[in-house]
Amino acid sequence: MTDATSIPAAPEDGRRKSSLRTLDARTRRRNAAEKRFRFYGLAAILVGLFFLVVLGVTIVRSGLPAFTQTVVSIDFTLSEEDYAKAEGQLFKTKAYEQIFNAALVTSLEERGVEAEFDAKAINRIMGKPGATIREHFRANEGDLGTPVQFELSAASRVDGYFKGRVTRDGFVDSRFLQASDLDLVDALAEAGIIRQAFNWNFITGADSGVDNPGGAGIGASVVGSFFMMLVVLFLSLPIGVAASIYLEEFAPQNRFTDLIEVNISNLAAVPSIVFGILGLAVFIQFMHLPQSAPLVGGLVLTLMTLPTIIISTRASLKAVPPSIRDAALGLGASKMQSVLHHVLPLAMPGILTGTIIGLAQALGETAPLLLIGMVGFVARGYPDGFIAGFTEPNSAMPAQIYTWAARADVGFYEKAWGGIIVLLLFLLTMNIIAIILRRRFERRW
Amino acid sequence: MNDMRVIERDVDVTETKISARGVQVYYADNHAIKDVNVDIEDKTVTAFIGPSGCGKSTFLRCLNRMNDTIDICRVEGEIRLDGEDIYDPAVDPVQLRAKVGMVFQKPNPFPKSIYDNIAYGPRIHGLARNRAELDEIVERSLRRGAIWDEVKDRLDAPGTSLSGGQQQRLCIARAVATEPEVLLMDEPCSALDPIATSQVEELIDELRANYSVVIVTHSMQQAARVSQKTAFFHLGNLVEYGETGKIFTKPEDSRTESYITGRIG
Ligand SMILES: Nc1ncnc2c1ncn2[C@@H]1O[C@H](COP(=O)(O)OP(=O)(O)OP(=O)(O)O)[C@@H](O)[C@H]1O
Ligand SMILES: [Mg+2]
Repeated sequence: MTDATSIPAAPEDGRRKSSLRTLDARTRRRNAAEKRFRFYGLAAILVGLFFLVVLGVTIVRSGLPAFTQTVVSIDFTLSEEDYAKAEGQLFKTKAYEQIFNAALVTSLEERGVEAEFDAKAINRIMGKPGATIREHFRANEGDLGTPVQFELSAASRVDGYFKGRVTRDGFVDSRFLQASDLDLVDALAEAGIIRQAFNWNFITGADSGVDNPGGAGIGASVVGSFFMMLVVLFLSLPIGVAASIYLEEFAPQNRFTDLIEVNISNLAAVPSIVFGILGLAVFIQFMHLPQSAPLVGGLVLTLMTLPTIIISTRASLKAVPPSIRDAALGLGASKMQSVLHHVLPLAMPGILTGTIIGLAQALGETAPLLLIGMVGFVARGYPDGFIAGFTEPNSAMPAQIYTWAARADVGFYEKAWGGIIVLLLFLLTMNIIAIILRRRFERRW
Repeated sequence: MNDMRVIERDVDVTETKISARGVQVYYADNHAIKDVNVDIEDKTVTAFIGPSGCGKSTFLRCLNRMNDTIDICRVEGEIRLDGEDIYDPAVDPVQLRAKVGMVFQKPNPFPKSIYDNIAYGPRIHGLARNRAELDEIVERSLRRGAIWDEVKDRLDAPGTSLSGGQQQRLCIARAVATEPEVLLMDEPCSALDPIATSQVEELIDELRANYSVVIVTHSMQQAARVSQKTAFFHLGNLVEYGETGKIFTKPEDSRTESYITGRIG
């Protein structure tokens, strides 16, 4: 017996002889599993895309009407005698209304449209035109005797009639609108006096009263959000980056820093309303900062954003290869120089990503604003000046949207959706700026 | 006869640049360097050889206090540069590292332009007064790093776009640009082809005129070619230290002999 015979012969296994071109069972199973997995991934992405599309379509469909407004546009000439006569009367706006109604009758006749109406119907359709007209001519007496085009916004229900919110079937007469008014509205539309116009006021204006959705605008709260974001950006970015650099590059590894780390991670998971009540207690009740001010909102949101920024900044600092630090230190750079000159620029894209995620969260946050009085506040106009932008009471976009959604008049419903479109556009702008900045930094590699 | 001896002595008697006494290094509980005493001479190339994990890099990193950056690392004993204890509390490691430059095993250029890679050291140490001087330093350093011809037309290209070997020569040029007195090199040629290796070896030989060079290498031939002194490390001990020629021809310790003849390591 030689050793060679005791070595077991190669097993008579079919696999060994098989050609590379026929797949064996194991390979087939593996390929099938791979295919299945790819299919799951694709399916997941498609489901996600589907919901995204549904969301986008819903938002646009419900929100677009907020950007148009039904207006009554009418050419109106007021002679000097009529002006003097109306000003001489006791009920001045009433007098103007009569003049206006007369003018409306003539312009309808001119266009050959027949309609019957009384002063009340006009009031129901377009509010009180007398006051608007009087104000205009008192401010611009030079316009007397020349035709002036007035664009009066139609009442919420008339607007709703044009946008399909209000229909004739099942229409119930109320003090707001009667079925007969709809005939007049149709006639006015036929004459081209009532039409849809782009609602600039929605973008530039401030909030209106609870019964006037047509006059509501998101502009003032966009400004409020803008100032809040300024506060958040200029506080949370430097503080967050400084804290991360300290924790990541300088802090000794001990129990204390471990404790801080755990706490920061936990802070990121604290419900935002907790930050709101903290802000109320500390910034308003203790420090006596003004209520409803973007400054306070910004401070509260800074607290909320800091953990997000710190966590992502630390992750991106960690991702910078240690060999870069060694290279700088080996050349005699100080720790600070190695961080500022080499590590930080390399971590910058990651830091920016974290910052934009934090800011986006902060921008959409409503709950903490509820507690510091930014939700209840109805912004009637713009702050005067840059400093006032921080300290004067204002609303913020999500707070404004929340307020509108909570109002009884259905006209505010579309405003809420429209507000969401503006909010998303604001977010998109922020993201684009961040992407441009990130490109800038990435190019340095 | 007498004249000959005088000349010989001129070559042999050199000043001690770095002297280490009773150096112990611990990584937490791991005793990585055990009681090492060594005198590294000025204007000399000293090679550290030894099997992997024996502590060559660790000891090298003690010489410019790069070990300070490792939290768990503890260094005991005394290391003197020109007679001054570099672990003295009054010594700023940043100042020390400007004098004791380092080239790492893995090329680690900054992700910046080639020019900025070289110019960084001179800039932070204020070695150039104006752009023209800086240009001159950059060119000189790149020439000494034996890479000038390859990069002179693309100084604006990122250092990371070079090949591994080119990157390593860039790193050597970068270390030279700060005009250190001692240059520590941790396996600088492990990523280089034979041509680049011989260029770097030539460079090391040239640097010897002004600096003290310490090089860690796994290549016996390289140690024999470039160094005048050789230190053999084994399991954290400095087993033998002496003239390179003597270490390679008649080592005193049996472990040294086994290593250089390829029986351990
Ligand atoms: N950062 C570190 N943390 C913990 N232990 C370390 C560290 N660096 C090195 N060591 C340990 O110190 C010992 C010596 O390592 P060192 O890197 O000095 O070896 P070396 O001689 O350079 O090896 P090689 O030739 O493979 O580079 C090893 O046991 C290693 O495990
Ligand atoms: Mg090593």
